[in-house]
Amino acid sequence: MIGFKKTALFLISIVALYSCSHSSNKKVSAADLGKSVAAGQLIYTQNCASCHQVDGGGVQHMNPPLNKTTYVLGDKTELIKIVLNGFNKNVDINGGTYSNVMASHDFLKDQEIADVLTYVRNSFGNKADAITVDEVKDVRAANKK
Amino acid sequence: MKRKIWGTILLPVLAIAGISSLVALKSDLRSKLNHYNAPADNASLTLQPGFSASVIAENLGAARHLFVTPQGEIYVKLQGAKDGKGILLLHQANGKAEVKATFGNGGTGIYVKNGYLYASTDEEVYRYKLNAQNEVVNTNKPELIVTGLLSRHEHEAKAITLDNAGHLYVNIGAYSNSCQVKDRQKGSMGQKGCPILDSAGGIWQFSASKPNQHYGDGIRYATGLRNVVGLDWNKQLNQLFVMQHGRDQLHDLFPQYYDTKQSAELPAECLYAIKKGDNAGWPYMYYDQIQHKKILMPEYGGDGKKEGGQTAINPVAAYPGHLAPDGLLFYTGTQFPAKYKNGAFIAFHGSWNRAPEPQAGYFVVFQPFKNGKPFGKWEVFANGFAGTAEQTAAGRAVHRPCGLAQGPDGSLYVSDDSKGSIYKITYKK
Repeated sequence: MIGFKKTALFLISIVALYSCSHSSNKKVSAADLGKSVAAGQLIYTQNCASCHQVDGGGVQHMNPPLNKTTYVLGDKTELIKIVLNGFNKNVDINGGTYSNVMASHDFLKDQEIADVLTYVRNSFGNKADAITVDEVKDVRAANKK
Repeated sequence: MKRKIWGTILLPVLAIAGISSLVALKSDLRSKLNHYNAPADNASLTLQPGFSASVIAENLGAARHLFVTPQGEIYVKLQGAKDGKGILLLHQANGKAEVKATFGNGGTGIYVKNGYLYASTDEEVYRYKLNAQNEVVNTNKPELIVTGLLSRHEHEAKAITLDNAGHLYVNIGAYSNSCQVKDRQKGSMGQKGCPILDSAGGIWQFSASKPNQHYGDGIRYATGLRNVVGLDWNKQLNQLFVMQHGRDQLHDLFPQYYDTKQSAELPAECLYAIKKGDNAGWPYMYYDQIQHKKILMPEYGGDGKKEGGQTAINPVAAYPGHLAPDGLLFYTGTQFPAKYKNGAFIAFHGSWNRAPEPQAGYFVVFQPFKNGKPFGKWEVFANGFAGTAEQTAAGRAVHRPCGLAQGPDGSLYVSDDSKGSIYKITYKK
């Protein structure tokens, strides 16, 4: 657990440094990104880790990995939709197929979804910009139509 | 003893390494530790005294179930076909097994009975005629025995076994965790009169010789079994025994009743002695091996304490949760000491649903039997498939035991569907 926290802190500082030097994400400050990643880790442990595992590596043939896949690092809208609607398509993910259904997690609040996705996009070797609460709000609104 | 010393030296070093983020030093030490722990013999496995193990084949692919013929040839079924072929025939010589032939489709089940090799995909069971040496006569001409079985991504493996009266038994796993209206969805309750049980969630019996059978030609021999991969026909008792994979995610779905520790241990992985028409109770109940009770499933109004499954059979033995029993074999040989005769070996593939608690399993267990019933505590018979304690806890097992088979000389064979190794375990006084 201590190791985990340290890794998270380490990650946060790396991410913070990266954001400062590149200022690629205009919407989210380095401090806010760090906060979102820390909050997201808690959401992840409670809602995601039992299938995707603590290290984000998933389970062979059953639950897909979250590291270095386009599902996580690619289109943000599609990623938010997976959390809202769940996922039950038989697709190839980085050379593997996965049998378990992912349930809808639309019970998570917009902020919680933004945080957990920001955590996932900045953990397990991933590095991508944050998902904001406004982005989740927009996708949820469009998703209902 | 030496391992303990290494642990006390290594832990503070690792802590320092962690603080200063000297990742390179950390991994260097870890590789030294792995190297140090790896025994030169017994294929890195820890075994009961007097037993030894060797790896006779490697890198075969996802080796699921296997069968050793009286001639000592090994048929192995691969989950995903490798180079387009799903069945391997291995020939043993000089302590190794070489691939002699490859044919057929990928799947899980494989069994030799009455002059035929039976094999399953996730939808079908077929058989190949064998010659007197138990070699397949024509690998291009399997005979389709059962077709059109449900395979909906979840619990799709069709494990098989045969009795001595011309019957084939096929597991048809439930395409669901606990028959919720929405599978694995928090807040979704169980479907009334779970419709999955009509065509899955049980063991079906078919004729072993009639071609092209469908559901209508078979009998639902046992129901209320969520998923079975390890099953065996006990020839001494003339009875089917199965290992059920218990449900997942008690804490994820019902955190008000189960903490993560309870969710890691519960429910039990159960050994059932099956009689025709039995109901093992899924999805309305699960077996709690700590309370020794059948508990009402929370999707059907349970709270972790209320009892349920009044009409469901009791398991004959129960094991910790999520260990994933993928192989079951009653030992009938004479090579091993007398206590092993007619007892059960169980290959536990290893858990994933214990996170965030440490993962467990990845070992072969022996369950002693006396007078046809489990007798006394089970023991870990062969351990160490996963690798280091760290790899085990993280669920990043290097090898994962899946299938079990007995050789003509009474040796035990174990398949590994992660790296595709075949282990041979023998007893020397």
